[in-house]
Amino acid sequence: MGFGLTVARRQGFGSLLDGMTIEQIYREESGRILATLIRLLGDFDLAEEALQEAFAAALAQWPTEGTPANPRAWLVSTGRNKAVDRLRRRARFEAQSDELERLTGLADRMAEEPEESMLSDDRLRLIFTCCHPALSTEAQVSLTLRTLCGLSTEEIARAFLVPLATMAQRIVRAQQKIRDARIPYRVPADDELPARLDAVLLAIYLVFNEGYNATAGDAVIRRELCSEAIRLGRLVCALMPERTETRALLALMLLHDSRRDARVSPAGEIVLLDEQDRTLWDAEQVREGLALVESALRDGTAGPYALQAAIAGVHASAVRPAETDWGQIAALYSLLLWVQPSPVVELNRAVAIAMADGAPSGLRLLDELEFRGELAEYYLLPAARGDLLRRMNRWTEAAVAYRRALSMARQGTEQNFLARRLAEVEAQISQEQAN
Amino acid sequence: MQYMLLIYSNETEFEKLGAPEQDSMLKEYMDYSKSIAQSGHYRAGNELHPTSKATTVRVRDKRRLVTDGPFAETKEQLGGYYLIEAKDLDEAVGIAARVPSARFGSIEVRPIVPHEMPS
Repeated sequence: MGFGLTVARRQGFGSLLDGMTIEQIYREESGRILATLIRLLGDFDLAEEALQEAFAAALAQWPTEGTPANPRAWLVSTGRNKAVDRLRRRARFEAQSDELERLTGLADRMAEEPEESMLSDDRLRLIFTCCHPALSTEAQVSLTLRTLCGLSTEEIARAFLVPLATMAQRIVRAQQKIRDARIPYRVPADDELPARLDAVLLAIYLVFNEGYNATAGDAVIRRELCSEAIRLGRLVCALMPERTETRALLALMLLHDSRRDARVSPAGEIVLLDEQDRTLWDAEQVREGLALVESALRDGTAGPYALQAAIAGVHASAVRPAETDWGQIAALYSLLLWVQPSPVVELNRAVAIAMADGAPSGLRLLDELEFRGELAEYYLLPAARGDLLRRMNRWTEAAVAYRRALSMARQGTEQNFLARRLAEVEAQISQEQAN
Repeated sequence: MQYMLLIYSNETEFEKLGAPEQDSMLKEYMDYSKSIAQSGHYRAGNELHPTSKATTVRVRDKRRLVTDGPFAETKEQLGGYYLIEAKDLDEAVGIAARVPSARFGSIEVRPIVPHEMPS
């Protein structure tokens, strides 16, 4: 994708009709038009080609003939007709029976389609198709970014640190499986919906996390992943406003993302929450996130996203770190541990308890966690231990913990942070020895 | 659109079952076949004899190699199949989930590539 936009840019197309240029229509509507074409044509490649051809036709016709009353419907029906022409040509020249078969299948499908179905918003169906459990999670995430966010295969490959050929193959295989195994374009029935929606939300959350917590990679692309995940979150929220989890996930992403400018120093180093310049937080995003999390919590049964969003909300509500309500955060982690048991949640809960009730209570919980050996590979466990020991002035033990964490951390910024903490602790040790 | 449901389960586990359990399993399969025939999804289906009765044939350099047993040793074995008609993968998966062996074995759902018999 992107061809239509480039054409519009290159020709400096600027005829303002109803306040919208073709370029604006492309930017705002092409995702939705593509989704409808994919549903109508049942083929991703054909739909993308059809989309480009429809916009090329618009560029050729609208300036002289005027913009149609409903540009989107015009683009959909033009795209569909172009695709039919293309299939006819291919069928004639290649005399391939499967092309003919697709053509008749397409004709049948179109005959069944009521005209108004051209106006439906198919992005929701499409996201359920892209996140179908018959596809691997990796494929779901890649295909969603490619199809619903319009990222290029190359950008997705770079974001996930996968060779371009591998990513291209992953996407093509998923598209082929959707076509050949006939994975439907449909919002699942009510009995399947909760489980299927979970998969969609997970894919969106994975996109966000890849951007937010990436272990390596290009910072610009990581930021783009976060904003695409938020955009998808907004889309699902707008299309399924009655689902609490969708609002909770959007709140969670907005609240985390609001700290993006504060959590990395100009030198590219991690800045922990209690050391962040809170004036750099995106106040508008915080406000929106808090309103969403409150509405999600009002709905009753709080799921994992709502609880995590609530935790982020408590942090966001504290103007200064000292004002953080750690007791409430610890309580929210206890609830989260109950709905989604995991050693990582236990670790976070222990840290919150240390902040609320003093470092020794937290350290006791961390020791238990370490004893069970479940987080043996996780650098944040020794890092958290080091931090609590440091607060308790147990410098030598803190240094041991930081060294362990340092040997496990993989990302440069994490390593720099731990090395800095280790140096501080070692300075304390030599000062004590000097006294 | 047609899908093949390939039924995999551990055949030694089944052989270890007592006669009453084997009979009730058989009855479950008969009820299931009847129900998907009535709903119009059934096209074909059969149980297979266990892999101890399988013979595998390969031709290499025009020589026929015949061996005892299945083509590969696996933990779960192909024990039967259904050929069904379904409108899409979701419907096919719904039908597959009701195969009695789905509770302990695995049902592989494979879309069929339609080929016409050359005249």
